Amino acid sequence: MNQRFDILVAGAGPAGIAAAVSAADAGKSVGLVDDNPAPGGQIWRAATAHPAAARNWLGKLDATHVTRLQGWRVFDAPAPGLLRAEYKSECRDLAYGKLILATGARERFLPFPGWTQPNVMGAGGLDAMVRGGLPIAGKRVVVAGTGPLLLAVAAHLTSRGAKIAAICEQAPLRRFFPFGVRLLGEPAKLLQGIEYGIATLGAKFYTSCWPIAANGGEKFEAVTLERKGKRWEERCDYLACGFHLVPNLELPALLGCRIEEGFVTVDSLLRTSIADVSCAGELTGIGGVELALLEGEIAGLAAAGKTKDAERLARKRKQRLGFVQALRTVTALDPRLKTVASDATLVCRCEDISFGRVRKHISWREAKLHTRCGMGPCQGRICGVAAEFLFGWDLDPFHFSVRPPIFPALVSSLGVTDRLTYESDSLALAGNTNQEESE
Amino acid sequence: MPETADSLTLAVNGVAVTVKNGTTVAAAMLIAGAPTRRSVTGEPRGPLCGMGICFECRTTIDGVPHQRSCQILCTVGMDVRTS
Repeated sequence: MNQRFDILVAGAGPAGIAAAVSAADAGKSVGLVDDNPAPGGQIWRAATAHPAAARNWLGKLDATHVTRLQGWRVFDAPAPGLLRAEYKSECRDLAYGKLILATGARERFLPFPGWTQPNVMGAGGLDAMVRGGLPIAGKRVVVAGTGPLLLAVAAHLTSRGAKIAAICEQAPLRRFFPFGVRLLGEPAKLLQGIEYGIATLGAKFYTSCWPIAANGGEKFEAVTLERKGKRWEERCDYLACGFHLVPNLELPALLGCRIEEGFVTVDSLLRTSIADVSCAGELTGIGGVELALLEGEIAGLAAAGKTKDAERLARKRKQRLGFVQALRTVTALDPRLKTVASDATLVCRCEDISFGRVRKHISWREAKLHTRCGMGPCQGRICGVAAEFLFGWDLDPFHFSVRPPIFPALVSSLGVTDRLTYESDSLALAGNTNQEESE
Repeated sequence: MPETADSLTLAVNGVAVTVKNGTTVAAAMLIAGAPTRRSVTGEPRGPLCGMGICFECRTTIDGVPHQRSCQILCTVGMDVRTS
């Protein structure tokens, strides 16, 4: 079954919801496709108490006529004006007049010895588990990495009864830091706790500090931390570790949108270099939930032809772009983080390729061809971003060479095309994953 | 935890686990202390990103392999196995 919309929005986080609601309010037929079980994205993931903005926008989405394709994963753009998506074993083509991409961001992970053990996960990753039903009361957690997400996660886990043993921020800039938390739209009460003293979390807050090893026998038990040459072990049940956010560029790259310095290039109305395709939210720069909502509204209004309204909001957006740059400066990675992995540390978790093997190569492309790093089911989404920092490799060619399927898909889904060479190409590109999935 | 009106029971590697309604399969596996998968060199793995990007949480659900357990909710009687 295929569907057609005036405006299709990919991603149901704050930016996508705002875009869909704004476009639908303008009288357009709107589809909202998202791969999670419920709308809200990562920041408004199922929670006991949503912030007011989330309740407001999710309420608007409920009250507006938007066709929701929740749980559907877009894996191809087989022709202009067409996305192809999969849900379980079903495959569907989604046709659009205009497309708004709001695919959000993921955490950047950096390898260190022991980081592949269970219970060592992303900061947002652990938060997602807790929001997804993992009881955390009474558990000891170390939160590490960089960016305002660390404090937001620590605050949320504390509110759910976790004992935060330490918060380790790699940046040296404590005084600049709390401002960024506001961007994540956390409840005001938690914010106050952060802004007027991280001590209220009952956690030790270290700057210029990062994990150098995750330790344990059969089970993860403790993390070794380093700060200014001093090393010590912190016992914990979970290590939540993420080094800020990077945008999910695969879909805009597949569509051919121009990408510069790691983000999609857009004009003031958020239109990309490709006709009828615009972007909103973290794809245009990591700016947090308020900016994402504003960008969603701009993109939705502009796509619906409400240019004047969109231009008015675009002026508001311009004033807020300073935050994006400030956040980028604050979260710049310390070069000493490049030396934390040992030769035996895995960089590519899909194919189990070590740092020692990857570092022998001169480029991401060559490392992929010789070692298979980045060629497992995540298609380099995790290790490619790490390699970019660790080895200074230019990943832009990686984005420009994105090819379908951008997520592993069933062979039955790939088979809906009439391009005869398509199946074999796709299987070769995505390694053996597709074959496994077809079993 | 005991089964109540707002909880359900599923099987993780053949062992019954009771979780609150709305719990993801990945969270249920963490509760059960079960790895989601074994890596190509045999390492036990658990969830990393929690948002369907990293594929570390892929697991076998009701006989279907490679399901991203962080994006799937538990249902009554579901059979989940480390893959």
